[in-house]
Amino acid sequence: MSKKILKLISIFLLLAVLFTGCSSPATQEEPQETAEEPGASTGKKILRTNNSSEPGSLDPPLAQGTHESWILENCFEGLMTFDENGNLVEGMAESYEVSEDGLTYTFKLRDDITWSNGDPVTAHDFEYAWKRALDPETAANYASILYYIKGAEAYNTGQGSREDVGVKALDDKTLEVTLETPTAFFLELTAFYTYFPVNKNVVESNPDWAKDPSTYVCNGPFMLVEWKHNDQIILEKNPNYYNAHKIKLDGIDLDILEDENTAWQKYLGGEYDILVDIPTSVVNQLKQENNPELEIGLMVGTYYYNVNPAIKPFNNVKVRKALSMAMDRETIVEKITMGGEIAAGGVVPPGLKDEKGEDFREAVGNLIEYNPEEAKRLFEEGLAEEGMTVEDFNSQGFVLLYNTSESHRKIAQAVQEMWRTTLGIEIVLENVEFQVKLDREQSGDYHISRAGWIGDFMDPMTFLDLWWSDSAFNDVNYNNPEYDALIRKAKSTNDQNERMAAMKEAERMLMEDMPVIPVYFYTQPYTVKPNVTGVFKVPVRYPTITYADITD
Amino acid sequence: MAKYILKRIALAIVTIWAVITITFVLMHSVPGNPFATENRKIPDNIMENLMKKYGLDKPKGEQYLMYLKNIARFDFGESMKQDSETVNQIIARGFPVSARLGIQAILIALIFGPALGAIAALYQNKAPDYISMIISIIGVSVPSFVLGSFSIQFIASKIDWIPIGGWGEFRHTLLPSIALALMPLAQFARLMRSSMLEVLGQDYIKTAKSKGISRFAVIMKHAIRNAILPIVSILGTTISNLVAGSFVIEKIFGIPGLGQFFTTSVFNRDYTLIMGVTVFYAIVLISMMLLVDIAYTLIDPRIRLTKEGH
Repeated sequence: MSKKILKLISIFLLLAVLFTGCSSPATQEEPQETAEEPGASTGKKILRTNNSSEPGSLDPPLAQGTHESWILENCFEGLMTFDENGNLVEGMAESYEVSEDGLTYTFKLRDDITWSNGDPVTAHDFEYAWKRALDPETAANYASILYYIKGAEAYNTGQGSREDVGVKALDDKTLEVTLETPTAFFLELTAFYTYFPVNKNVVESNPDWAKDPSTYVCNGPFMLVEWKHNDQIILEKNPNYYNAHKIKLDGIDLDILEDENTAWQKYLGGEYDILVDIPTSVVNQLKQENNPELEIGLMVGTYYYNVNPAIKPFNNVKVRKALSMAMDRETIVEKITMGGEIAAGGVVPPGLKDEKGEDFREAVGNLIEYNPEEAKRLFEEGLAEEGMTVEDFNSQGFVLLYNTSESHRKIAQAVQEMWRTTLGIEIVLENVEFQVKLDREQSGDYHISRAGWIGDFMDPMTFLDLWWSDSAFNDVNYNNPEYDALIRKAKSTNDQNERMAAMKEAERMLMEDMPVIPVYFYTQPYTVKPNVTGVFKVPVRYPTITYADITD
Repeated sequence: MAKYILKRIALAIVTIWAVITITFVLMHSVPGNPFATENRKIPDNIMENLMKKYGLDKPKGEQYLMYLKNIARFDFGESMKQDSETVNQIIARGFPVSARLGIQAILIALIFGPALGAIAALYQNKAPDYISMIISIIGVSVPSFVLGSFSIQFIASKIDWIPIGGWGEFRHTLLPSIALALMPLAQFARLMRSSMLEVLGQDYIKTAKSKGISRFAVIMKHAIRNAILPIVSILGTTISNLVAGSFVIEKIFGIPGLGQFFTTSVFNRDYTLIMGVTVFYAIVLISMMLLVDIAYTLIDPRIRLTKEGH
């Protein structure tokens, strides 16, 4: 009897095994990194951490987020780079000259720079890499960051030619770059990953070079030696790197583990030396314990609400300001987000410097006030100007739109409650997937919507640029000719005094008109084990582990 | 039999075509595209370049026909989000991992589930019944993410031999397999209990008993064999669900399987990957159903495939 059942079960198992393609996963002989003490058995210093997500591509122009850039920044180096103190210094470039008008940059490359395959790094590699990133067929997601170069936008949008792009290798060691307009932060841009060089010969002969570690060629402190998709990435120190003596680590092992809680358990269990994406509850707990392993890094990012000016009464500046004034941001960052975020005092986050080297945010000062009484007064005034009452407002069923996430929901609920108690208004909450939210923002189908912006470089322009009338990202259709004039002025000169003055003025003007309501500035909490030194954070980047060292 | 199988295969092809068509229409009618990112929008002209690169600028009808043509050659295309791998490579890499976990889970469930259910039925309303039903209620009602996180926090981080997530050796598969198995195990136990109770009340069991066969033999030969049929009938779906992988379990334990892509591909609007994993899952499911139907005849002679459909 049960012979047949047995037969049946064995048929199933057999077929199931067949279905798996007879492959017991090819991981039998893995090095047992789980058990490995840092530098114990092999004497090698390997930094272990989590990269959180699978990189979409490790080809520099195709990268688009921190899960790619964190690896690229360790494998590549641009003309400029960040040194072990977080300062912007010459990288592949030995020196540079800027023309009087600020439009032409001439970079001299170092003599002792080579690719990980031994080829010398030349100016031609840079020219090729930048033009490749701009090629419409490459379809680089981040191509717009190269638009400061003359002719770049035209080529990328199919209006101009490759030859007209303002980057030219005069010889193997000299690169001449012509810009569209003076760009004070251009040097920093050359440290950005879309500006990284690629090895021209390698890329031309093998378009798939970046898909496999065996053909992956880079010029930075580390090299890619293994990439197990959705599992692990292994970097090894690049002996050909000109500054190799500054690199203390022999390698970096990065897991690709999406779940923050699991990653935190691994950090606790000593399997990671540093961990960047930490669960919010843990951050809060570590903060209360004053745990020395916790660092709260600055980030160039602002969390804000868009207010749709096409809808009455949101067209009224008093109404918008009242909504802002009724928002108790300190409570939001201390009781709700709890990840060390900073209550917003404007749109430009702290960490960016002005012409005197002072913090731009501090120099401009706090432009946002929490004042319930004034909020109520302004709100009623504004409504009256639009011929509305609070009842009219409430009967409209205005919606606060956010993309589905636990933390956005909590913040939206708090704001809803603050507005209810202070202004006596009812706002409905609606969550949709972020793609649906983007779609609705673009078509103007929203009342108030949550948004966020992460800056690309350390200049206030990375934020202020968003709201000039031509900006592709100006979802609230803010259109103020005076504001535009200030932005244009700041973009027309390399004179930091003039630029910063114009931008400070612009930010004040923006917060006076309040087309968007800033909520908080993002921060980046991360934890580092006590025996790891040399980890720091440049606001615009993920924490820098390149110069880390592990002591016993 | 052969004729029947041929018929089923023809039907399967039609079903897969329907799956492709419905998925295609659905995924293109949802707002969004594969290239959007949450906190940084992409300028229109760059979006155009991207659309062109992946052929999304072509009319939908043309895209659909192209897609059918490629699928006929089992070419699922390039992933739009993951440049380093094709959809075929992603499936070929992820499925063995998910399937291994799934098979281990189904083994655990098949060994313990029916046994638990049979014991519960034999000791109806006695302690063993209560204990096994409590276990199965826990199995059905505790979500796998709770179970997964719980086992990481209280088992993996306490016992050195059991790793906290990751993939590689047998010990990596232990906790996720158990976490995956609990749900089907509980289902099997409950099904087995009720069908066993029913079978035990049947005349042929009484007849068998009255013939003087030992209680053990009656249960093993007559009761279990008949009572297990309902489990066999859901086995096809259960196996395909398990071998296709679980989003939650794979995420929590950091397992590089296929399951995560069923969810993430949709969030990412990675059209080719959505289509790839959906069609692949349809194939697995349909094959499993066919196998179950064939298997049915092996244990239950009352069912004859050839008579079906008339």
